[in-house]
Amino acid sequence: MKYQAPTSIEEAVALLSSDPGARVFAGATDLIPQFQGGRPEPSMLVDLKGVPQTGVLECQNGYWRVGAAVPAARLTSHRELVSAFPGLVEGTSLIGSDQIQGRATLGGNLCNASPAADSVPPLVALGATAVIVGAAGRRSVPVSEIVIGPGATSLHHAEFITEFRIPVPARGCSDAYERFIPRTEMDIAVVGAAARIRLDDQGRCRDATVVLGAVAPTVAEVSAAAEILRGRQLAEAPNCKAFWEELGEAAVASCNPIDDKRGTVQFRRRVAAVLARRTVATAARRAKEAI
Amino acid sequence: MTATRTAYKWVGTRPVRHDGLDKVTGRARFGADFATAGMLHGAVLRSPHAHARIRSIDVSEALAVSGVKAIITGADLPELDDNQVEGGEGNATYRDLSRNILARDKVLYEGHAVAAVAATTLRVAEQAAQLIRVEYQVLAPVLTIEEAMADDAPLLHDDLFTSGLDSPPKEPSNIAARHVTSRGDPDAAWEEADLVVEREYFTKAVHQGYIEPHAVVAQIGEDGKGTVWGSSQGHFVIRTLTANVLGWDPGDMKFIPAEIGGGFGGKTTIYLEPLAALLSRRTGRPVKMVMTRHEVFRATGPTSGTWMKVKMGARKDGKLVAAQAWMAYEAGAFPGSPVGLGVMGIFACYDIPNVYLEGYDVVVNKPKVAAYRAPGAPMVGFAAESVIDELAEQLRIDPVEIRLRNAVAEGVRAVYGPKYRKIGLVETLETARDHPHYSAPLGPWQGRGVASGWWMNYGGETSATVNINSDGTAVVMSGCPDIGGSRASLAQMAAEELGIDVHRIEPVVADTHSIGYNDLTGGSRVTFAVGMAVVSAARELIEDMCSRAARMWDVPPEEVEWVEGRAQSVSGAFPPLTLEELAAGSARTGGPLSATNTVNPRGVGVAFSTQICDVEVDPETGRVTILRYTVAQDAGRAIHPDYVEGQMQGGVVQGIGWALNEEYIFDGDGVMENPGFLDYRMPVASDLPMIDTVIVEVPNPEHPYGVRGVGEVGIVPPLGAVANAVYAATGKRIQELPMSPVKVLEALSSG
Repeated sequence: MKYQAPTSIEEAVALLSSDPGARVFAGATDLIPQFQGGRPEPSMLVDLKGVPQTGVLECQNGYWRVGAAVPAARLTSHRELVSAFPGLVEGTSLIGSDQIQGRATLGGNLCNASPAADSVPPLVALGATAVIVGAAGRRSVPVSEIVIGPGATSLHHAEFITEFRIPVPARGCSDAYERFIPRTEMDIAVVGAAARIRLDDQGRCRDATVVLGAVAPTVAEVSAAAEILRGRQLAEAPNCKAFWEELGEAAVASCNPIDDKRGTVQFRRRVAAVLARRTVATAARRAKEAI
Repeated sequence: MTATRTAYKWVGTRPVRHDGLDKVTGRARFGADFATAGMLHGAVLRSPHAHARIRSIDVSEALAVSGVKAIITGADLPELDDNQVEGGEGNATYRDLSRNILARDKVLYEGHAVAAVAATTLRVAEQAAQLIRVEYQVLAPVLTIEEAMADDAPLLHDDLFTSGLDSPPKEPSNIAARHVTSRGDPDAAWEEADLVVEREYFTKAVHQGYIEPHAVVAQIGEDGKGTVWGSSQGHFVIRTLTANVLGWDPGDMKFIPAEIGGGFGGKTTIYLEPLAALLSRRTGRPVKMVMTRHEVFRATGPTSGTWMKVKMGARKDGKLVAAQAWMAYEAGAFPGSPVGLGVMGIFACYDIPNVYLEGYDVVVNKPKVAAYRAPGAPMVGFAAESVIDELAEQLRIDPVEIRLRNAVAEGVRAVYGPKYRKIGLVETLETARDHPHYSAPLGPWQGRGVASGWWMNYGGETSATVNINSDGTAVVMSGCPDIGGSRASLAQMAAEELGIDVHRIEPVVADTHSIGYNDLTGGSRVTFAVGMAVVSAARELIEDMCSRAARMWDVPPEEVEWVEGRAQSVSGAFPPLTLEELAAGSARTGGPLSATNTVNPRGVGVAFSTQICDVEVDPETGRVTILRYTVAQDAGRAIHPDYVEGQMQGGVVQGIGWALNEEYIFDGDGVMENPGFLDYRMPVASDLPMIDTVIVEVPNPEHPYGVRGVGEVGIVPPLGAVANAVYAATGKRIQELPMSPVKVLEALSSG
């Protein structure tokens, strides 16, 4: 296994193009445990952290640019980012322990293509796009189209993500992420739910996106959420109005979960409904503060 | 907080542990830290199948790999007979122990060792292991007790005949043994009961979860003599087992103990030691072997999964009149579950006149169980304490009160035979009842549970030496690895006797060639048994020093007394001689000051613990949060209260994990699906409140300082305490562990 650390996009693409067995990595926090678990090793590992574009973190022209290889610890300690996307930062902060946070990245969390990745539902809920480079040049793709199944992405060989672009939140808009794990940390989501809520000046819902993790082969958007929530006053607790029930049912309908060692189909469906309601309530509370 | 005060200078205080600085600075050397020149690295090829016959093993391709120095398989170990292993904590025969070290004929669990490779690097050894060709005939795995006990079950061992049956069986089965105990006439006694509760319980196999994987370095010379470094819970026992499995003489090997990163019973037996020793003998080079976490889960530990049926009857006043239990324990691949201890322990807290107990030791295609903290007792505690909670509720008696009305005390005959001597169950119950926790208010979806637990504790063969250095400092030598603060406790007892500062004493865990035989660090025995030997050795030294002073002063020995580290003339005719002076002048008074004591003590103090647990249940997700937890445990006397409290807390936390989320998960083929700490969910620090401890001290009259073992009993009550709390919070009695969110949510949505 060769290790390469290119310092430009061109160099990285050339290295990847030279070896069909090459694989990119950023923090390697998924990769190393996979090797230890007996997964075959690639012939070449290309470290993207030295490519400057993957380390960008700035706000310009109406969107945030977040480099694909920026470590989670930098994102969670970035005051403006935390205030712009509290839900995305929540999801990012849940990737592993403190030590892992110093290495783990959004690009890695997405391209590892685990259905349970904690940063992916909020990225999708926020309408983020991924900037992809490769031998054929550069393209931008919505994050929701990157993962096509467990462990599989739509990226071609020798392509990699350099950065994410996330629209600056409008007035009255905020997000939230919550996951269910049996413990309090050091665990993988049994169900995850992200919500992005935009309120009008009266506190009524103008727009909503709800995205579930770990309940389907890829993240699952609750497509009926906007319709159910639009015009609703979201200040109350999530259980006292019929529309909250409706939201829960819509979440269940969006699930296509499996039985595995971490949870059952039935459990995941029920908890998806609970978390959809809870994250919408949290995002709405934050959105109210942003009016 | 300590319930009684002591009049001692060192006993009962909390000095910084002697091994503390090395441990917090990283200087302490654990099993995997040892390395030596010319060392080879070993790797183990393990079975991918839970149950298969080995048709053939071909090592030729692997042996041809550059850097590979030796490969061994089951055929390289001597065939051993059915002699029972002595001294280890797990029950096994040497024949089975050998077959667990390296499979022969059959593999009996996924992860069962098939071959071991020694090579110049670990990577070469691992890659070569994958080139060993093993032809398997895959057989149907037997994964549950129900499957294993079925009449048409596939057999793990076609020569296993159930022992303990009324008439010897004609056919082999997966049931290795039946244990029966009874007293009185339970069949007749049920009629005296105003209320009878009968329930069925299940628990899963759980692992000890020590943080340090097994690790060893062996260096054996051409003469068959050598040295083995590694961490274990008793290097004398590990040496005996290793030598016997190899057909060597134990005295030919010196075992040097490393620091140990947790054992909890799981390091009382051997896995890698004979492999490293034999590979070293074959290659003439030192061989190091270290398990990965996957290997630890798949091939060591765990303790038994169980199936239990319990029936208890009480009068209206709460007095238990009869109790009956049927218990079946998974032994794993070879006979030897701790079901016998389950039979002993299930009703050991209670004075019940009519009892019938039946236990079964059942083999299944899982790793052979190893000892785990109070082996066999926590599971039956879950069952019995759940039933008592139901009786109390239906009889409208407070749960602590019903236990007090039935609690065993001095003079009561235990279900397992002997009469209890001085014990402290009643005191732990009273302490729990009077603790502010017991009457604190609870909110919605919160509940409180109580449970008590018993553990018998152990004495065991013991040697200790106390040496006085020429500067008047002392070395206290034992042969028991320190897994719970025993070095500090032994030094404190020596300091108390000798009358010198505890930090002028260096406690040492000596190797097998430097001190007499010592049983395992197990059975909560070290502070009790080694403490007795240390105290006796110190007293012998004091007598020696007093007689030397008497000779110097030319007075009869009885005119000299030892006071605060000095020999004093009773009459006051001579200025006192300090320990420093006696040590400095020892050459002129008879030579070095040293005393050794050996003991196999009787008078082990039985331990009891009563615990209060508050939980909150999220009714929407089934998640259980431990809100508050209080332990009242009889320590006899706490020599170093920090380490007593640490043992109480550690036992509780492991019990909470067992109750809530820990379990071995297997797929249909018997492959373990969660061999790592990610999905084998032990509690993490943020899952838990501070575990509040109250040390109850009912001194053990058989020990010079009143010590009872404290290491194990703490893990016995939590399974029942958590289950009872979950019931109080939800109105649902969950009879199957773990009470994972999935199971709690299912229970909440039923009926």
